[in-house]
Amino acid sequence: MSEDLIAGRAPIAVRTEALEQLLVERGLVDPAVMEKFIQTYESDVGPLNGAKVVARAWTDPEYRERLLAEGTSAIKELGFGGPQGEHIVVVENTASVHNVVVCTLCSCYPWPVLGLPPSWYKDPAYRARVVREPRTVLAEMGLDLDDDVEIKIWDSSSEVRYMVLPERPAGTGNLSEDELVALVSRDSMVGVAKVSASPEGDVQ
Amino acid sequence: MTCPTSNSVQQSLLETEGKTALPRQNGELLFTEPWESRAFGLAVTLHDQRAFAWEDFRRRLIARINEWEADPAGAQWSYYRCWLQALEDVVIGSGVLSADEVIDRVETLANRPAGYDHEHEHDHEHDHEHSH
Repeated sequence: MSEDLIAGRAPIAVRTEALEQLLVERGLVDPAVMEKFIQTYESDVGPLNGAKVVARAWTDPEYRERLLAEGTSAIKELGFGGPQGEHIVVVENTASVHNVVVCTLCSCYPWPVLGLPPSWYKDPAYRARVVREPRTVLAEMGLDLDDDVEIKIWDSSSEVRYMVLPERPAGTGNLSEDELVALVSRDSMVGVAKVSASPEGDVQ
Repeated sequence: MTCPTSNSVQQSLLETEGKTALPRQNGELLFTEPWESRAFGLAVTLHDQRAFAWEDFRRRLIARINEWEADPAGAQWSYYRCWLQALEDVVIGSGVLSADEVIDRVETLANRPAGYDHEHEHDHEHDHEHSH
């Protein structure tokens, strides 16, 4: 469509700048509002929100039930909502079932709880391969699952965004909710890692 | 990405020791170049203004990603390139801007004389990348 007309005329950064100039001049984009959105998603909203949801679910069985039954409203209880969070379904990992989230078509992702998606989530290889050969992809990402663990793949869409409730690691019974929050990684809530009692960080 | 001066965003990205640092950023920059965050911001702001339906944007984003996947040898994979293309598509397709005015502006900016960015005004004071 417009691709043939615009591509090749200028680097992508210049195309972005042109669009921004026009939209600001027309009063269609308020630069201050735009800065606020960028700032919010770049530094304020991140997987920390999701980690708080997970830690609450681990320490409050009634919250956990509400979360699994009606994710969006349970997440809203903690004050998290907004674009791309209109319908969030939370799926629970157990000893026998491991859930993994993908968006095979583009990059749908629950922004209000996990922030913006990491680059590997948007990568064509992850999107295609995790559906076809999840066990292999997970192993490549550092997660070896036993053969008897069932892997469920959840394909996000514009209607539903998924978040994984990871298993609470053994040996954390005496930790407070706040201390548990610090253990929960982004990758564990996408389902490509488990939560460790001593976190080592995520796939880069 | 060359943004050597400190600002709050950069600072928070560099904080890897704090209790909240790991779950928040997980060591990864969300945007690798300044234009990517502008492209992101434009789409979110326009959608917030109800300039288009998110589903319309998403459909066009999927189309642009499919286009790349049909010819992966053509250009290096860039998610935000597809994003920007989809944004151009939805802005033009929904009549917010005309294709002609977008092209005119792109050409005007592309033909700026060297050194234009000394006068170039941008919203962030840290955003001046003078490589010369």
